[in-house]
Amino acid sequence: MGGILNSSIARKFAMALSAFFLMFFLLQHFVINVTSIFPNNGKTFNELSHFMGTNPLIQYVMQPILIFGVVFHFVMGFILELKNNSARKIKYAKNNGGANSTWMSRNMVWSGLAILAFIVLHFIDFWFPEINTKFIQGDWSGMHDGQLRYFHELQEKFVSPARVAAYVVAFVFLALHLLHGFNSAFQSVGANNKYTKGLKTFGKLYAILIPLGFVVIALFHHFNH
Amino acid sequence: MNLTLKIWRQKNASDKGKMVDYKVTDISEHMSFLEMMDVLNEQIINKGEEPVAFDHDCREGICGMCSMYINGEAHGPDRGVTTCQLHMRMFKDGDTITIEPFRAAAFPVIKDLVVDRTSFERIQQAGGYISVNTSGNTQDANSIPIPKKDADDAMDAATCIGCGACVATCKNSSAMLFVGAKVSQYALLPQGQVEATDRVLNMVAQMDAEGFGNCTNTGACEVECPKGISLENIARMNREYLSASLKG
Amino acid sequence: MALDSKTPKGPLKDKWTDYKNHIDLVNPANKRNIDIIVVGTGLAGGSASATLAELGYNVKAFAYQDSPRRAHSIAAQGGINAAKNYQGDGDSFYRLFYDTVKGGDYRSREANVYRLAEVSANIIDQCVAQGVPFARDYGGLLDNRSFGGVLVSRTFYAKGQTGQQLLLGAYSAMNRQIARGKIEMFNRHEMLDVVIVDGKARGIIARNLVTGEIERHSAHAVVIASGGYGNVYFLSTNAMGSNATAAWKIHKKGAYFANPCYTQIHPTCIPRSGDYQSKLTLMSESLRNDGRIWVPKNLDDVMAIREGKKKPTDLSEDERDYYLERRYPAFGNLVPRDVASRAAKERCDAGYGVNATGEAVYLDFASAIKRYGTEQSKIHNISNPSETKIYELGQAIIEAKYGNLFQMYNKIVDEDPYRTPMMIYPAVHYTMGGVWVDYNLMTTVEGLYCLGEANFSDHGANRLGASALMQGLSDGYFVLPYTIGDYLSNDIRTGKISTDTEEFEEAEKEVAERIKFFINNKGEHSVDYYHKKLGKIMWDKCGMSRNEQGLKEAMVEIKALREDFWKNVNVPGDANEMNPELEKAGRVADFLELGELFAKDALDRNESCGGHFREESAELDGPQKGEAKRNDKDYAYVSAWEYKGEPADAVLHKEELEFNDIELKQRSYK
Repeated sequence: MGGILNSSIARKFAMALSAFFLMFFLLQHFVINVTSIFPNNGKTFNELSHFMGTNPLIQYVMQPILIFGVVFHFVMGFILELKNNSARKIKYAKNNGGANSTWMSRNMVWSGLAILAFIVLHFIDFWFPEINTKFIQGDWSGMHDGQLRYFHELQEKFVSPARVAAYVVAFVFLALHLLHGFNSAFQSVGANNKYTKGLKTFGKLYAILIPLGFVVIALFHHFNH
Repeated sequence: MNLTLKIWRQKNASDKGKMVDYKVTDISEHMSFLEMMDVLNEQIINKGEEPVAFDHDCREGICGMCSMYINGEAHGPDRGVTTCQLHMRMFKDGDTITIEPFRAAAFPVIKDLVVDRTSFERIQQAGGYISVNTSGNTQDANSIPIPKKDADDAMDAATCIGCGACVATCKNSSAMLFVGAKVSQYALLPQGQVEATDRVLNMVAQMDAEGFGNCTNTGACEVECPKGISLENIARMNREYLSASLKG
Repeated sequence: MALDSKTPKGPLKDKWTDYKNHIDLVNPANKRNIDIIVVGTGLAGGSASATLAELGYNVKAFAYQDSPRRAHSIAAQGGINAAKNYQGDGDSFYRLFYDTVKGGDYRSREANVYRLAEVSANIIDQCVAQGVPFARDYGGLLDNRSFGGVLVSRTFYAKGQTGQQLLLGAYSAMNRQIARGKIEMFNRHEMLDVVIVDGKARGIIARNLVTGEIERHSAHAVVIASGGYGNVYFLSTNAMGSNATAAWKIHKKGAYFANPCYTQIHPTCIPRSGDYQSKLTLMSESLRNDGRIWVPKNLDDVMAIREGKKKPTDLSEDERDYYLERRYPAFGNLVPRDVASRAAKERCDAGYGVNATGEAVYLDFASAIKRYGTEQSKIHNISNPSETKIYELGQAIIEAKYGNLFQMYNKIVDEDPYRTPMMIYPAVHYTMGGVWVDYNLMTTVEGLYCLGEANFSDHGANRLGASALMQGLSDGYFVLPYTIGDYLSNDIRTGKISTDTEEFEEAEKEVAERIKFFINNKGEHSVDYYHKKLGKIMWDKCGMSRNEQGLKEAMVEIKALREDFWKNVNVPGDANEMNPELEKAGRVADFLELGELFAKDALDRNESCGGHFREESAELDGPQKGEAKRNDKDYAYVSAWEYKGEPADAVLHKEELEFNDIELKQRSYK
C-alpha cells in the first residue's frame, strides 16, 4: 500500500474506518433481518428487501462501497498481520499472552478468517443468486410465484440444520471479533479517555447482542418452517 | 526454595542461541529476581563458566535497563514492577522459570539476555524534545500557568522508563505505548505545542522505519508496563497524528 | 603545586556576573573546530553535553549504559531546590547559599555555593521550557515542598521522580543535538583512561562494552561527570554500575582528589534483609515531611516486636520514642541527613532496632493520615466523620503525594505502609568528596574538568536534600559552558588533535595490559567476593562513625585485600566481547585503591563535620552533648590528595577555606 497508507497509524485508522462502516452495515442488515420474524408473514421484510435490492442508490453506490469495504478490511487485516508477524522474527519459547490480553484481541485474524469463510457461504447462498437474477437474467421484479420472493428464499435457507449450525458458529466468531474490534476501532481513531467508558459498555453490548440477534433469527426460521 | 531455570544463552549477535537449564538452590523469598540471578552467576563463575549476561543498573525500578521475559511475561508475573523489583516470593519451591530476552526485530540480542534498544533512542532523536536552547533567559517558570490536570497527565505519560516491556509484550512488537507516552507528554503541555505537528509525524515515521509492528489494541502493553502507562496515550497519539496529517 | 581556587575577586554577589563579563569567548565559527569529550550523561554530563553542542562545539558523549537516559541521576526522587521564593516565605539567593554552606557544615567554598544559589532559579525556568512536568497546584502554578535542614519551601518536584524528569529533560536536549550531529553519542562505552599531552587533557581511552574494542578519542578538553563513588561500600543506593573509575583514573594522572571521607549516609532507606542483598533502596527524604520517626521506648517492646508478638501499631503514643522530635525540637523529623542518620544509628546501637537484624527504625504516617483526613473532612463539609472516613480521606492525600514510594516499599518489603509504619535505616547515598576543581570546575590538570557528584565543590561535608540535582544541572547548563569557553579560547588555532601519538599509544597499552591481566589471571574468587569484603571494611570502619584505630585498621585491611585481589581474582570470559565481569573487575580494582585513600583522609581529619563523624570529636557536655564537634581552627580546609603510587603515600594539599560572608557557627538544629 503506497501513499497515505504508508504509516502505521494511517493504516490503523483506515482499518478502523472500514470497521465502522462494516459495523454500521451489520446493524442495518440486522434491522432488516429482524423484520423477518415479525408476525406478518414476511411482509415488512419483503418490502424492505425489495427496496434495498432495487434502489439505484443502494445498488450502484452503496453496494460497491460495501464490497470495497469488506475487501479492504480483509486485505489490510492480512497485510498488517504479516507485517506484525515479521516484527518478531524469533518467537518466545514461553509466552503467556493470556496474562495480559484477551483471546479475542490476540486472535483477530482467526475470527476474521472464520467470518470470511462465512461471507463466502453467504455470497453463495444469497448474493450470487441475487446478482444472477438481476444482472444476468435482468429480472428486477423481485417476484416469484406472484409474490415478493425474498422471505421465502430466506426461509428455505434455514431448513438445513448444517447450514444453521455453520451460521451459528460464524456468528459466535463475529461476536468474538466485535468484542475486541468495536472498541479497538474507537481507540484507533483516538477515542479513549474517561468520557468513553459508556462507549466501551455499548461496544460490548453491540458485540454480543447483534450476533445473538442474527442467531435467534436463524433459529427462529429453522424451527418455524 | 529450589528452582529450575531455563535461560536463553547466546554468545553474541551472530550466534544462534539456545535455551539452557540451570538449577539454583536455597533461594530466599525476599530476594529480588536479579539477586537470584546473582546467586546463579556466582555459582556459574565458581564452576569456571561464563555467567549469564543481563542488563541491569539502578535496581530500583527507574533506569529501565533490566529487561527479562520471565515465564512468558515482560518483567515477570508481578504487576507494576520491573524485573529488578520482582521478588522471589512470586514463585514457589520447585518451580521452573523460563527466562528469555525481550524479543523484537527492532531489539536484536547482543548477548544472552541483553538486547539492543537503540531503536528507541532514534525515535526520541526524531522529535522527542522541545527546541529550547540553554540560556538562563527563558521566561519565568510560572509565567504560563498549566492546569493541574494537564500537568498531572503529562507527568503520568512522562514516567515511562523506556524499558521496552511494551514492545516485548506486544504480539506485534509495537512501540506505540512508548512513542504515545512521549508524544502525549509534550502534547499536554503548552510548551510542546509549537512543534507538535512535526514531532508526532517524525517520531511515528522513525518508529515505522525501525521495524516495530503495528498496534492492534490488545492492551497487553498497558498491563505489563512497569509504570502503568495508559492506553489513552496511544489514543492521544493517534489523534495528534491524524490532525497533524491533515495540517500536513 | 599550590592550590589556586581561582575564585574571582570582588563582593560575593557580584563574583559570577563580573566573571562572566570578563572571560574570553570563542566565536561561533571557531567553536565548530573544537571537540569536547564528556564522560557520563547524567544530569551534569547530559546538561553539559547538550549546552556545549548548542553553543556549537563538537561533543563526544560517553555512557556505560545503553542510553544517556539511564544514568543514575534518574533515581533521585524528592526534588530540586531553587531560590525562587514562589511561596513568599522569605527565600533568597543568600538564604539558599547560607543553608547550603551551613548544611555542609562550613566545609565548602563560599563563591561556588553562592553561584549555585544564583543559577538555581534559571534551572527551573530552563526545565519548564523543556517540558519537564513539575508538580503544580490548582491554580496551575508550580508547587513546592520542604526538605531537611531548611526553614523554607523551595523544593520543586515531579511526584517522587524528580531526577527522572530532569534527566529526561537534559536527555531530550541531548537528543536534539544528537539528531543535529553536534553530539556524537557513545553508548555502552566505558572510559578507562585519560590521555594527557603536554600537560593538557587531550583525549580518553574507552572500551566498547559490546565488542570489547579499545578506542582512542581525542578532544581539546575532557569533562568528567561520572558521578560519585558510593559503591566503594558495595551496598549503597547507587546503581550497580555506578563507579569511580573515570574519576580515579584522572586522579592517577594528576587530578587531585578532595575530601574522599565526606560520604552521605541517607537516613531513610529500606533496611537490609539478608546477605544476598545487592543494593539498597532509598525512600525519598520528602517522606520526612509527613512521616514521624520513632522506636519503642522500652526494650521489652522491641523484643516483642522482633519476635512478632507485638505489632508497631499496638504501641500507644506513650510507649513510643519519637527521638528526633525529642532531641531536635526546632527541626524535628526534618533535621539534615547526617544528623538523622546518626540518631538512628544511636538508637539501634542502644538496642532499639525494630527488625530481626536490629537495624531499623519506624517511619510512621498514621498521624499525617489523620491530620490530612480531618482537614479533608472539613473541606468536604463532612460533620462528625467516622475514623474510617478520616483514614480514607487522609490516605488519599498521602497516596497522591507519595504513592509511587509506598508502592515501591510494598513491593520490596511485602508490607502495606499505609497500615503499618515503614521500616527504614541509613544507607550510603551520596559522596560529597570527589575530584578537586577550581572555580572554573577545572581539575589540577589543564583542560580536564569535573562536574556534578564526581567533583567535590558545593556541598562541603554534607549535602542538603534536593541539592544534588541542583548542582548537577547548574554545573552542566550554566557554569561549565562559560568557564570552558574561557579555556578553549586559547585553543582555536590548535586544530584537530591526533590520536596517533605516543601519549595515546602509551595509555592504550596500559589499558589493554590490565584487561589482559584480568582475563588471564584465572584466580579463585569472583570480583563480587572482593567487592563485598571491601564494602564490609568500609561500612564497619569508615561508616557512620569513625575512630582512629578503626581507620588505621581499615587502611591495612584494604591494602591486604587489594593485594589478594591482584593475585586471586577470577574474571571469566574474553576481552573482545561483552563481558560484565571484566567491567566489574576494573571498577572494583579502582575502589580498592580509593577505599584506602578514603580511610587515610578520614584519619587525617580529626574533627567531626557533616557526614564525617569522628568519635574523638564530639561535644562532651552542655546542651549539645553527644553532637558532632567541628574544629574550625585546625580543619577549615579542603583536603586535596595528590597521587603518588600507593594510596597510603598520597600527598595532602590544603585549600584553606575563607568565610567572609557567613559566620562560622556550630550547627544546631535543636
